[in-house]
Amino acid sequence: MKKDTVETLGFNLFRLGSVLVVLILGFILFDIFYKGIGAISWEFLTAEPRMGMTEGGIFPAIVGTVYVTVITVLFAVPLGMFAAIYLNEYAPHGPLTRVIRLSIRNLSGVPSIVYGLFGVAIFVRTLHLGASVLSAGLTLGLLTLPWTITASEEALKTVPKSYRDGALALGATKWQAIRTNVLPYAVPGMLTGTILGLARAAGETAPILFTGAAFFLPFLPDSPFSQFMALPYHLYVLVTQHHDVGKVMPLAYGTALVLIALVVGLNLVAVIIRYHFRKKRG
Amino acid sequence: MLLNIKGIMPGMVSKANKSPLPPFNKRGMRGDFKPGRFRWRKAKERLIASFFFFNGMVSIIILAGIFSLLFSEGLPAFKEIHFSDFLQSTWNPTSYVKATYGLGAIMVSTLMVTFGALLIAVPVGLACAAYLAEIASPRVREVLKPIIEILAGIPSVVLGFLGIVVVNPLIARAFGMPNGLNALNGCILLAIMSLPTIISLSEDAIAAVPKTHKDASLALGASRWQTLVRVTIPSALSGIIASIMLGMGRAIGETMTVLMATGNAQAMPHSFLDAVRTMTATIAIELGEVPFGSAHYHALFVIGFVLFVMTFLVNLVSDIILQKYQEVEQ
Repeated sequence: MKKDTVETLGFNLFRLGSVLVVLILGFILFDIFYKGIGAISWEFLTAEPRMGMTEGGIFPAIVGTVYVTVITVLFAVPLGMFAAIYLNEYAPHGPLTRVIRLSIRNLSGVPSIVYGLFGVAIFVRTLHLGASVLSAGLTLGLLTLPWTITASEEALKTVPKSYRDGALALGATKWQAIRTNVLPYAVPGMLTGTILGLARAAGETAPILFTGAAFFLPFLPDSPFSQFMALPYHLYVLVTQHHDVGKVMPLAYGTALVLIALVVGLNLVAVIIRYHFRKKRG
Repeated sequence: MLLNIKGIMPGMVSKANKSPLPPFNKRGMRGDFKPGRFRWRKAKERLIASFFFFNGMVSIIILAGIFSLLFSEGLPAFKEIHFSDFLQSTWNPTSYVKATYGLGAIMVSTLMVTFGALLIAVPVGLACAAYLAEIASPRVREVLKPIIEILAGIPSVVLGFLGIVVVNPLIARAFGMPNGLNALNGCILLAIMSLPTIISLSEDAIAAVPKTHKDASLALGASRWQTLVRVTIPSALSGIIASIMLGMGRAIGETMTVLMATGNAQAMPHSFLDAVRTMTATIAIELGEVPFGSAHYHALFVIGFVLFVMTFLVNLVSDIILQKYQEVEQ
């Protein structure tokens, strides 16, 4: 009898922990949605900030975030996929491979602000790319790389060995086997993981603080070498750097809502791709 | 693909040659077989393999690059600032009286918010992980796991924003203070940030405990609860510790939430209700305004270097623990 009470109590305590986590997320999403939805209008999404950012919209920030993410994709996705192909298909078991894996895990633990420092020193100063979309995109690309590699490798691992063996037995070379019998099955999984990584990159602020994000820029970046506004940085500026916090609060909530919608939307796309992929494989 | 489909083009199948295969050539082989092609194929394969090898090496190059760059950009700081100055408590490079570069207060601040966050996140995270791995029904799990993934995806700047507009007034009211931008606020936000890491990795560790362990315990008459608390969780302990270390690494390196919600006072903090300024926040605040190449500029890279080493060590230790644990599993 006593044993049962303890068990029920304990299990419920653990359940409480989970409920708390759900409540936290629920609260975050609800609060941002409830207070931010009022700010969302066609003008808010398509106009530039006016009157010292107390009016108007966030169009340049949305476009800036999209531009930076595109550069991040162009940099991190191919590199991450190739590295994953090496690790899963070519790498021998040995000390070098272990060091590669170790450095990937450590890269994913490097603080984002350190990536920012690195980006400033390498892209902005040494390579003279200046504070620009390109510098920021590359910095975010470095940040996402370990996630892209890990996700792509996970996807490659799910392809059964017999697929490769089948191709090899017919006389295909290793690369032919990978190209025709492995990649087509791994690409959806790779996409899922990559999109999750990009969603995180799109929400990152610290790495772009000094590599190209602009405080206020009422026009769109016209080349990879111009500065840009970004959603997360815009939110930061509105909340902490603006002299009239009361006036910009609705705009800040609106910006947070757009940012969350973007991130959660990308997450959902990833989940849907994964779901379809699983179903197709059955 | 090796059968050389080009060889059985319709035009080549004449009446004289009824076989669907291409005719024999001078070497007594079918099709346009040439040894040179195989040599080219081999070379191409080797080329492709080395291309992927280079891509595999990129992560080592980047990690080494970050390390050496922080080191070389931090080193010039020691020309103007004595090493012992970094051991002082106060960081105030822009002081009118005397610039000080003490790392004491900002390091204490970083450790304070990190451990405070873990105090909250570890019990909640472990409870959630144990629930997910052992108690929840598969359907509940299907719902909970994406929720945790989404929580991991909430941008840190949004959490910092909520720290200002939601947690800040709550703390101010609870403790009767003018504002709630202090270490406690940072702890709460960082706890939320490190929860997904702790939950998902601990859950993996708990779920990986062999069923035989649990069955043995149950067969001896232990209840499900006793089995969970005294057998399953202790067996998964190394994995759980590794997950906590990784969560700690995330908390140490987190920038935006602490920058926005902890008040950024440079003095040495004495309690969790003091405003603090972490190492990450210091870099974020000052890098934008510092003159390029000054002692102050290089000193920021020193902070970056220390931060990098701290997270590197934390990750390394968690990695070693995980490696050991996987060896035991096998």
